[in-house]
Amino acid sequence: MSNTENFVKELADKHGRKRESLMPILQEVIDARRYLSDETVVNIARELDMSAADVYGTASFYSFIETKEVGQYSIRLCKTIVCDMKGKEAILNAIEETLKIKIGQTTPDRKFSLSTTNCLGWCHKGPAMLINDEVFTELTPGKVIEILENYMNR
Amino acid sequence: METKQLSRVDLIFKPEGKEIELLKKKLNEDGDDFILELIDSGLKGRGGAGFLTGLKWKLAREAKADQKYVICNADEGEPGTFKDREILERVPRKVFTGMALCGHIVGATKGYIYLRAEYKYLAPKLKKCMADLNDEFKKIGLEFTLDIRYGSGAYVCGEETALIESMEGKRGEPRNKPPFPVTEGYLNKPTVVNNVETFVNTMIISEIGFKEYKKLGTDHSRGMKLFSISGDAVKEGIFELELGMSLADFVEEFGDGDTKAVQVGGASGFCVPRKKFKETIIGFEGIPTGGSMKIFNSSRSMYNVLHNYLDFFQEESCGQCTPCRVGCQQLLLGIEAVKRRERPSSYLDELMKLADTMKISAKCGLGQSVGNAFVSIIENFREEIVY
Repeated sequence: MSNTENFVKELADKHGRKRESLMPILQEVIDARRYLSDETVVNIARELDMSAADVYGTASFYSFIETKEVGQYSIRLCKTIVCDMKGKEAILNAIEETLKIKIGQTTPDRKFSLSTTNCLGWCHKGPAMLINDEVFTELTPGKVIEILENYMNR
Repeated sequence: METKQLSRVDLIFKPEGKEIELLKKKLNEDGDDFILELIDSGLKGRGGAGFLTGLKWKLAREAKADQKYVICNADEGEPGTFKDREILERVPRKVFTGMALCGHIVGATKGYIYLRAEYKYLAPKLKKCMADLNDEFKKIGLEFTLDIRYGSGAYVCGEETALIESMEGKRGEPRNKPPFPVTEGYLNKPTVVNNVETFVNTMIISEIGFKEYKKLGTDHSRGMKLFSISGDAVKEGIFELELGMSLADFVEEFGDGDTKAVQVGGASGFCVPRKKFKETIIGFEGIPTGGSMKIFNSSRSMYNVLHNYLDFFQEESCGQCTPCRVGCQQLLLGIEAVKRRERPSSYLDELMKLADTMKISAKCGLGQSVGNAFVSIIENFREEIVY
């Protein structure tokens, strides 16, 4: 059995093989591997007795379930109005310059991916961003560079 | 119409401690009595839609089934709203015992909280709290267990039937209603889906009684509400206020002295310009809100605000029904075309008609409410959109 086959089987043993087990399984794949590979889709479909198209169709509906390879750390910068008013653009520029990537791209070392996202629920402390599940608020260009440098050394 | 002075309330964030005691008391009382109290209290759902909570519980109680569910909607995604996060951070026990109380009343033994992915950092603390409470429920003889499910970044899953679809492992596409979740919800069983703040309110009502609760707010908007205040405000953050105040009083308290407009109710709510602050009441008789209050001063371009909202909606539309899928795109492209002078300003009137059509033809609250912000911004700030 391949690595992925084993991994998916373990997840199905843990969460069950019903349709309602699908989201918890997908979410744990993302937690462990950051994105959902084609191989994983096929394996999940087999375990849950669904079509691969149905698994992919469900997964691709959700913006936090990546179906293309992304870096170890997913940066999601809030672009909704209040964060935008509070200087999101300057934060975006600082991230782009530090990591040398644009929105939608991943660094060559596969460490960081950058995207924008909708309201994170921190409007009163904007600009805000997520790195994986961790929240960062009241960002300034200086602060965001510091945070990124911290992650680079992890 | 009755208006209330702006006044602070401190009920929701009062320290925890009495929850189990209150719950125990309710276990020995007649459930029908509490439903009547809840209906009498006038409590309406705090997520934004404003359905009478007591009635929802009554319908679920009356539904016959071998299994029923209680779901706490913590998929707080409305732009400008962050009060549920704060509740879950500070007083999670109130939320969870509110769910258990609901379970007891409607006859459900299983409760889920659906937490948005963006708030996943809260999960370890919430899980610990749920595990403790599951033990405590057992000790007081209540058969009810709490569990957690997560969203994965989809605004539309805040719509209760989309949320249920997502929990069932499907794309978060809203269902046709009826049937409503109270008769056919999660796994087609009767299900109560309530907002985080609503569950806390039911615990407050069981503590202070519906008569005390009714003293807060107005005839149409009973009780208090958490407001998430952001933007060009002197004070940003969460404030617990009595419902029914005028927007003028609100701006006086929170605005920076140069307030041009307030977006009440988030991207799906209404934009109120300065000249209408006095006549606008915040509540179900005026403009209701799930709590989002975004304040804009005169330095802000309302074109940028509207563009931001439309960009949001066209991304978050689930794509299931044509009015919303195509409508959101066309509204966005339309205002861009007017701005670039590729279309005459009269084109905005065509777009307003489209927004009205979406209001009556879209399948769920998302598509139906895009027109709220669109029409209210164009009507009041047309020159900013054109020039």
